[in-house]
Amino acid sequence: MIPLQPPRRLIDVQIDGETVRVPEGATILDACRAAGKDVPTLCYGDTLTPKNACRVCVVEVEGARTLAPACSRKAEAGMKVGTGTERARHSRKVVLELLGSSVDLSTTPRAAEWTAEYGADPARFGADAATVAQPAKVDNDLYVRDYSKCILCYKCVDACGDQWQNTFAIAVAGRGFDATISTEFDAPLTDSACVYCGNCVEVCPTGALSFRTEFDMRAEGTWDESRQSETTTVCSYCGVGCNLTLHVQDNKIVKVTSPHDNPVTKGNLCVKGRFGYGYV
Amino acid sequence: MDIRFRDAEPSEEERAAVDAVLGPPASGWEGGARSAADLRFAARSEPRRDLLLPALHAVNDRVGWISEGALDYVCRRLTVPPAEAYGVATFYSLFSLSPRPKRVLHVCTDLACQAKGGQRLRDQVEQRLGPPGGSWQESPCLGLCERAPAALALEAGRPPRAEVYAPADADEMARTPADAVAGAPSPDGGGPHLDVPGDAPAVAAVPQAGQDGLVLLRRAGRVDPGSLDDYRATGGYLALRRAFELGPAGVIREVLDSGLVGRGGAAFPTGRKWDATARQPDHPHYLVCNADESEPGTFKDRVLMENDPYALVEAMTVAAYATGCPKGYLYLRGEYPRAAARLRHAIATARARGLLGTDILGKGFSFDIELRLGAGAYLCGEETAIFNSIEGYRGEPRSKPPFPVEKGLFGKPTVVNNVETLVNVLPILERGAPVYAEAEPKLFCVSGAVERPGVYELTFGATLRELLELAGTTGTPRAVLLGGAAGAFVTDLDIPLTFEGTRNAGATLGSGVVLVLDDTVDLKRLILRIAAFFRDESCGQCVPCRVGTVRQEEALHRLSRRVSHEDLLLLREVGRTMRDASICGLGQTAWNAVESAIDRLGVYE
Ligand SMILES: Cc1cc2nc3c(=O)[nH]c(=O)nc-3n(C[C@H](O)[C@H](O)[C@H](O)COP(=O)(O)O)c2cc1C
Ligand code: SF4
Ligand code: SF4
Ligand code: SF4
Ligand code: FES
Repeated sequence: MIPLQPPRRLIDVQIDGETVRVPEGATILDACRAAGKDVPTLCYGDTLTPKNACRVCVVEVEGARTLAPACSRKAEAGMKVGTGTERARHSRKVVLELLGSSVDLSTTPRAAEWTAEYGADPARFGADAATVAQPAKVDNDLYVRDYSKCILCYKCVDACGDQWQNTFAIAVAGRGFDATISTEFDAPLTDSACVYCGNCVEVCPTGALSFRTEFDMRAEGTWDESRQSETTTVCSYCGVGCNLTLHVQDNKIVKVTSPHDNPVTKGNLCVKGRFGYGYV
Repeated sequence: MDIRFRDAEPSEEERAAVDAVLGPPASGWEGGARSAADLRFAARSEPRRDLLLPALHAVNDRVGWISEGALDYVCRRLTVPPAEAYGVATFYSLFSLSPRPKRVLHVCTDLACQAKGGQRLRDQVEQRLGPPGGSWQESPCLGLCERAPAALALEAGRPPRAEVYAPADADEMARTPADAVAGAPSPDGGGPHLDVPGDAPAVAAVPQAGQDGLVLLRRAGRVDPGSLDDYRATGGYLALRRAFELGPAGVIREVLDSGLVGRGGAAFPTGRKWDATARQPDHPHYLVCNADESEPGTFKDRVLMENDPYALVEAMTVAAYATGCPKGYLYLRGEYPRAAARLRHAIATARARGLLGTDILGKGFSFDIELRLGAGAYLCGEETAIFNSIEGYRGEPRSKPPFPVEKGLFGKPTVVNNVETLVNVLPILERGAPVYAEAEPKLFCVSGAVERPGVYELTFGATLRELLELAGTTGTPRAVLLGGAAGAFVTDLDIPLTFEGTRNAGATLGSGVVLVLDDTVDLKRLILRIAAFFRDESCGQCVPCRVGTVRQEEALHRLSRRVSHEDLLLLREVGRTMRDASICGLGQTAWNAVESAIDRLGVYE
């Protein structure tokens, strides 16, 4: 049962000159979406408190000194927002270039599309530009951490920590360009507090965290999303009744996700639902 | 919370260092000896996470580095997940997570030192002590710019020791480690250690010391900074008495009327900040004194705290009274051992005499100050990063809004003020706002190519030329870096040193830095150092700054070899994005000085 929300006041916001009405407390991104604008996002997660770290969603708010992150800035009555101004587009372009030149975005959905749309050219920083390239961490049979694809969006940390799982197996370590997602003293996952719920894999926007099956199939060149079908079903292990989406390729389950709009689990599962499909 | 600890055990020394800060463990669950009672134990969860930084300091300061066992023990004691504590420990450059010598020499390679032969010093140290990373390391600005080039030796032990070398001499520094290790054991406990070997008298940092008419620097070199009686004999605690007469609202009115504007760099009206905090219905309110002072070229707060520590204690008490704060945190950068000793002493003696604690001066007002030491992170001076640092999280800035006056330290309304800002409140109350405003004092940190570097007090409205006449330039001046690494180069000496005057000239007063460069200074190298500084100090949270500062530095390296239009364009585009889209002031200002060097000094033409 979903409790009724208390009624919320509505406010008017101008998005690119068009007035939209959103509930008080909504973000600029909510307002943009209500106005039908496609604002790119990477670190924003529909089930998490936004960290506004990637800055690809920046918009221009009239009267503000700097650009605002649409995903987390609250809309205010009378606010005038420009989503496609030269200033906003410029920052998005450069942010995509900065990311594209330092991180492997090959498995990030929509990255290529936005790079083209904003005319971003990550190669302009030259062949010697520093990157976060490093070997993938394959230290258990369930999932792989390939931090050369990590944009440091903090989503996995939030999902593992106080926002969902309360396990706190991983955190950001180091500072600046050297910052990485890490267990304590960079220990293998098998020595860490990880309980293999895979909720971090669920929220990762870049494929830096992936199922071992997906990682291996990509390495072999057999991963093919066009041949995959998705079936949503109910987990059969315990009485909670979590929804599972089975991704099947060639009659084999290749990974398991969970619908984020499920009001009970919001995309989260435990180790059995996520990885315990061997018997199917 | 479901936390898993590792099985690494702390050494006896590490355990003792942690227990010295946290007290002995209450049960086996906290890493103490197991008892029968531990089997019938209901877990409590007192939030003590804010003691994480002090506990990490305790280990690092006693042993020299933080082992897995020590980190695990700290985590058990404070119920902090080890991965998070590791993330916090690796955020600070004064901590080491791998074994290293007890004594580490920090050699400043920052702007003022570079202008005074810092690179040569660095090379000499490397020749004698080998590559950096072991017994010595390069350091960002140590805040000793008036005596550049500077170095600071920090030696772990009980108690930890510090030694200042400024101006530094490589022979002397290279000789000392062996001597110090072999030397007599240092006294443990005992009376107050107010001095740090190698430190200089007040006049070395305050060329005007002893002159009449000074306001903020009136006691520098004239009174014993360790004596509360001296302080009271020279007008100390008159402002607090006046505050009690006026009442909190009256104090805020005076500060509003004085027009006092924050001296920490952002130039926000102090009265408005106080007023907004005082009005918040949510309680408790907190006061944070920002004594992190890590902007390269800045040392005014250090000089104030070292020479007049009671003034800061009194000013914080006044601020707390006005804004309704029962507790204040004094967040001091970890590289200021002398200021730490003097403030610790001042706080303790003030408390012993009823000037801090409950019922101050019998007026029914209670307030106390806790000194917190940073551990090597410029960013922790950003007002919201300080909160995270104090609370035991990584010192990453928070997004604003909400602003600190609404949700600050521990989520409560918080006033954050710079040291110099707070100290200005004393003359405002002593003289009254109109008299104060007639000749509003401002401190400047003058370093580089001048005869008498140091902290100067002027009244607003003096020009840069007048300031430089006091300090006496040497060589042929080429440019002045105003406002520090986040500021801008200027060449016009007739700029009035006011917030507006500098803004009109496309510069900023920032934290009061006036770094004078003569034509012997290698500007390209200086700019590279600025870029490296921002790249090093970026917290890494947001992309424009995390990657942008790296790309800026790379382009500057290429430009210093060969000028190209593509690289200049690239710098402008990345710079504009850092300014527009970064979360905090670090990324937003990382391009200022570089841009002004290109546009005004034509370095790459
Ligand atoms: C990266 C960064 C570092 C800062 N460092 C300091 C500092 O060391 N000391 C300081 O007083 N303010 C510093 N500030 C400014 C503070 O955020 C804040 O504006 C100031 O402490 C407010 O005090 P005031 O109003 O008295 O100036 C820094 C800001 C940024 C963005
Ligand atoms: S699998 Fe679960 S426990 Fe492990 S790191 Fe990811 S979210 Fe945390
Ligand atoms: S691993 Fe994925 S979820 Fe975690 S910070 Fe990196 S990109 Fe984000
Ligand atoms: S601008 Fe730089 S220092 Fe500030 S939050 Fe972003 S990455 Fe961190
Ligand atoms: S102490 Fe070296 S630049 Fe400030």
